[in-house]
Amino acid sequence: MELPVIGQASGCSSSGCGGSSDQLAHLPAHIREKVHNHPCYSEEAHHHYARMHAAVAPACNIQCHYCNRKYDCANESRPGVVSELLTPDQAVRKILAVAANIPQMTVLGIAGPGDPLANPERTFETFRQLSEKAPDIKLCVSTNGLALPGLVERLCEYNIDHVTITINCIDPEVGAKIYPWIFWNNRRVKGRKAAEILIEQQQKGLEMLSARGVLVKVNSVMIPGVNDHHLEAVSKAVKARGAFLHNVMPLIAEPGHGTFFGLMGQRGPTHDELQTLQDKCAGDMAMMRHCRQCRADAVGMLGEDRGGDFTLDKVEAMEIDYAAAMQRRAEVQAAIEANREAQRKKTGETLVALSSLKRQKKGPRPVLMAVATSGGGIINQHFGHAREFLIYEASSTDVRFIGHRKTDLYCTGGDSCGEAETKLQKTLRALAGCEAVLCAKIGFEPWEQLERAGIQPNGEHAMEPIEEALAAVYAEMVAKGLPEREMTAVPYRASA
Amino acid sequence: MAYEIVESCVNCWACEPLCPSRAIFLPPGAAGPARPHFRIDARKCTECEGDYAEPQCAGICPIEGAILNGLGEPVNPPGSLTGIPPARLAEARAEIQAR
Repeated sequence: MELPVIGQASGCSSSGCGGSSDQLAHLPAHIREKVHNHPCYSEEAHHHYARMHAAVAPACNIQCHYCNRKYDCANESRPGVVSELLTPDQAVRKILAVAANIPQMTVLGIAGPGDPLANPERTFETFRQLSEKAPDIKLCVSTNGLALPGLVERLCEYNIDHVTITINCIDPEVGAKIYPWIFWNNRRVKGRKAAEILIEQQQKGLEMLSARGVLVKVNSVMIPGVNDHHLEAVSKAVKARGAFLHNVMPLIAEPGHGTFFGLMGQRGPTHDELQTLQDKCAGDMAMMRHCRQCRADAVGMLGEDRGGDFTLDKVEAMEIDYAAAMQRRAEVQAAIEANREAQRKKTGETLVALSSLKRQKKGPRPVLMAVATSGGGIINQHFGHAREFLIYEASSTDVRFIGHRKTDLYCTGGDSCGEAETKLQKTLRALAGCEAVLCAKIGFEPWEQLERAGIQPNGEHAMEPIEEALAAVYAEMVAKGLPEREMTAVPYRASA
Repeated sequence: MAYEIVESCVNCWACEPLCPSRAIFLPPGAAGPARPHFRIDARKCTECEGDYAEPQCAGICPIEGAILNGLGEPVNPPGSLTGIPPARLAEARAEIQAR
């Protein structure tokens, strides 16, 4: 299945070029229908819908240098980490409880903590029960791809129509620096040969799924000095084989995580490096930029984790009437859709007005802005409560979603796990490069410090749709006259 | 002769479903710092003889030194899984940090 290239044409007046609401507009209607309420596949949907991961799949059949197979940590939030490993029966109970209590939860994914397809019995038993008991939940799976070709038929049996494959390379020389070994045909295979087999299986699995009409997203971990220059070629290759979305994520490597890369001092990419690569790949296919690299047992909206509300003993005590819950879920989701439709209409009007700016001979420069939101696609979070900010680039032609930045990064543990930096200092560092931050409210002290750092705080657009508010703030800034951009050389690592 | 899993095991479960003799188990026990790790029932372990050319648990175990063979030697000694022999570790670290 060959997909059209997302438009990068100049003069695009909607927010669609590059990664915002209408990013998926180039896709056929049946695919848009499949992803419109999937928070991990549609940037716009992630403001409104929630997801959960069920940690039923512990075993893994490969070793990645960015992964530590000791996955049990309550304070870290990153892929491969979970607090409670579940049996399929326990997982199904928990999923029904979450779906009943969080009606905007549309998606259940199995993503680990190992590789779901290296645990086929546990993974497929969970899917089998769910397809019977909760037909209104979308099922998806995330895999390294090694066992994928042999399991495509079974995936199709349970209507798994979203599959994510992590593909970090198509060149075994590069692969050998990322994967020290794989377990293949009952033996350990090391080095270049291992990477060769893995790459072959990944590409074959991708082709087989595309041929069956299954939507495939490709995740790639950007590792400076290893695959950063190679990922453009990966993007082209996976698009040619039918992948519909590419998610380039920053490497997470900290010594405290105990991964090979963390212990050896491999650095992650800077925000700039990540964004530059994402922009390069965007010439080839739709890019996902809102990934939060969540835990293999995450629950809730992207960027939040309500897993603590649904531990095994809490779930055990809940009475769930799923038929009633399904009814309520349908109502809540219909209301969300009505709200989105209203927002779309409103935003469309603003952007048409904004687009008139581009008729100026020499367009004003673009500006990076940060937004504090707790969901719903509106500016509704207090600055001090925000644990992450969404970053947008406003220009004379559009408002483009760039990514998110966490203030507390991947560890929520106490002083023992981090340097003694205040939360405000961390936040200022996370906002490096931004010239405005929009939030519902903000205190006096952070206001002063933000201004001093050259970031204009703005609480005037509380409860307004994000893109509309950003467009208005940008228009104001342009009207006042944008200052010459000072290149602040604050190195800020996207992953550390 | 039997293989043995020692306390550096991280309980990743990779070996458990592969054992042709169903000899691998997670002993029940209190949670906490002294939580139990996977063990091999020495009476059941065949070292995969007759089933596989390579003992399966040691073939998939991601932790160097966590599985000992019948002679008490680590099947995956230091450097065997990362691909970097201990003697070259400092050099490799310097290379990686220069990226």
